[in-house]
Amino acid sequence: MADAVVRQPGVARPASARKRASLHNALRRKSTVAFLMTLPLILLITLLVVYPAFYSLHLATLNKSMQKFVGFGNFEFLFRRDTFWLVVKQSCIFAITAVVFKALIGFVVAHFVHNIPAKGQRKWRGMLLVPWVIPPAMSTLAWLWLFDPSYSAFNYTLAFFGIGPIPWTGDAAWARFAVILVNVWYGAPFFMIMYLAALKSVPDQLYEAAAIDGANWWQRIWYVTLPMMRNIIAITTLFSLIVTFANFDIVRILTAGGPLDHTHIFATWAFRVGIEGSDIPLGASVSLFMVPILAVAAIFILRDVNKRGNEA
Amino acid sequence: MADVSLRKVVKRYDDVEAVRGIDLDIADHEFIVLVGPSGCGKSTTLRMIAGLEDISDGDIMIGGDIVNDVPPKDRDIAMVFQNYALYPHMTVAENMSFGLRLKHYPKAEIKARVTEAARLLDITDLIDRKPKQLSGGQRQRVAMGRAIVRNPKVFLFDEPLSNLDAKLRVQMRIEIKKVHQKVRTTTVYVTHDQVEAMTLADRVVVMNKGKIEQIGTPNELYHKPATRFVAGFIGSPAMNFIPCRLEDVGGTLQIRLTDRLAFPLPPARAARYNALPRTDKLLLGLRPEHLTEWHAHLAPGVETFDTVLDVTEPMGMETLVYFGLEGTPVCGRVDPNAGAKDGAPMRLAMDLNNMHLLNEETGVVL
Repeated sequence: MADAVVRQPGVARPASARKRASLHNALRRKSTVAFLMTLPLILLITLLVVYPAFYSLHLATLNKSMQKFVGFGNFEFLFRRDTFWLVVKQSCIFAITAVVFKALIGFVVAHFVHNIPAKGQRKWRGMLLVPWVIPPAMSTLAWLWLFDPSYSAFNYTLAFFGIGPIPWTGDAAWARFAVILVNVWYGAPFFMIMYLAALKSVPDQLYEAAAIDGANWWQRIWYVTLPMMRNIIAITTLFSLIVTFANFDIVRILTAGGPLDHTHIFATWAFRVGIEGSDIPLGASVSLFMVPILAVAAIFILRDVNKRGNEA
Repeated sequence: MADVSLRKVVKRYDDVEAVRGIDLDIADHEFIVLVGPSGCGKSTTLRMIAGLEDISDGDIMIGGDIVNDVPPKDRDIAMVFQNYALYPHMTVAENMSFGLRLKHYPKAEIKARVTEAARLLDITDLIDRKPKQLSGGQRQRVAMGRAIVRNPKVFLFDEPLSNLDAKLRVQMRIEIKKVHQKVRTTTVYVTHDQVEAMTLADRVVVMNKGKIEQIGTPNELYHKPATRFVAGFIGSPAMNFIPCRLEDVGGTLQIRLTDRLAFPLPPARAARYNALPRTDKLLLGLRPEHLTEWHAHLAPGVETFDTVLDVTEPMGMETLVYFGLEGTPVCGRVDPNAGAKDGAPMRLAMDLNNMHLLNEETGVVL
């Protein structure tokens, strides 16, 4: 308003000059500069994440030949199939069991490594990380041979004690056990290294204070270690849950979903119906099912992290 | 409440001896301060009393019982750490009551003890806060509260004030003294700050290189140090050490500081040092407050000399003057109105009644 009062007729600047000035001002604002600098990354994420996500949403609404829009038709079809519910069940069992064991083993091993004198610790840390460093497609092949029903090292050793042979990948229960075992073997070192870092960040004096307060080793873990590691445990678990839920390579190589679909999880079954069964829209619908399940888990776990985040 | 005894206690780390045979008797209710430079073994000694470090040799007794192999939780001690070591996920009340809860005390008693300790330390309003929401001084109070509620036989303090700023440190020092006057628990307190040691302790233990240099009341250590280390460590600014020798001139014993500077010793000192060989290399130990400005009427045993000041430091209630005696830097304390100026000549008085004489080689005060 004041602007309008002081401005004299005929002194007003031409429109193009004003436009340039506002562009100039916009460029001078910090937020604009920040936006421009992050733009390449935003574009990359849009290209690699947002576009495929929306494309798969679009795909899921088409018919098998991808010619006709069918709305929720694919989902209705899935809900009526027993195999789908089997896959839901198996994915949950697979992810939850594997993550629980990875977390437990990682926690215990992290404690052992933490208590090794500093000199030898590097060596052990390095060796224990090996399963996580080898590309899983390769290491799973080695496991495949170990699980071979007739000539494998496992069954040979067991036969020596008069046990077996065990149909590691041939029987539904054993096959489920096998894929979970390999996933735990592959993922536990990640937990170990995260927990080890968390353990190292707990000040020694807290343990000393607890020792003087009268806590035994179990109480020290329960009242000091676990509360101090809470956030790391939550984030690691969430991260691992997502990765394990979306696992593909281990199951694909070890059992390819068999026997009789009894080890299929979302990703492998999506591949089976989408790529091998040439029904891309149905495959997209299957893989989309992981989103709501993981979103709910993420909300719950991250809410807890936020709540406790500023304690230390 | 209990007495604490250390008998020839040794701590070895591989090849290094951190504590080299310590004997110490701490009476019931006593406030003992272990003081010394960093690496002298004072914290290690405290941690051995706490049971946080194994002892390599010797015995530690609390209340007459040997506790060498007793774990910390069964020694009935409480410890206050330098970084407070409060459990960050617990409130103040939970922190303070943690030890009692582990021992399954009745809820009512826990509450009563925590309330009483909080009142004593003036932290009643903070009882539901988490450590993160407290200032350094408040955290230290909570750490002390955690020790008090346990009502232990012995309090152990490991440099509890090092993380506080200078003003708060003075304040907390007084708080600690007040608390000890009220609860009277036997206390072992470790610090590298000799002022803390002097102000808090019933008796001070000066440690150096893993050994005890001297044990005594603050006044004893200040006025009758046994070694050069103690003489130099206790007191600020530190005691001056001036190379000197004894000589007989016309039947009186003289102390010669430089070619041109020699003073007759006061009769009491002369009698004490008369038997010393005149050839020994000696050090004159003199505290800055015994090097003052010159007065017209000087007491017997106070000698004057002229010097040129290098630097002066006005402190308000006094001025510190620095000058050299044949290359040895010397510090004196003069009245702020005595007219001391940088680079100016000044006549000073040396009070030989309060002198110390040390053997330069052995460092023993003679």
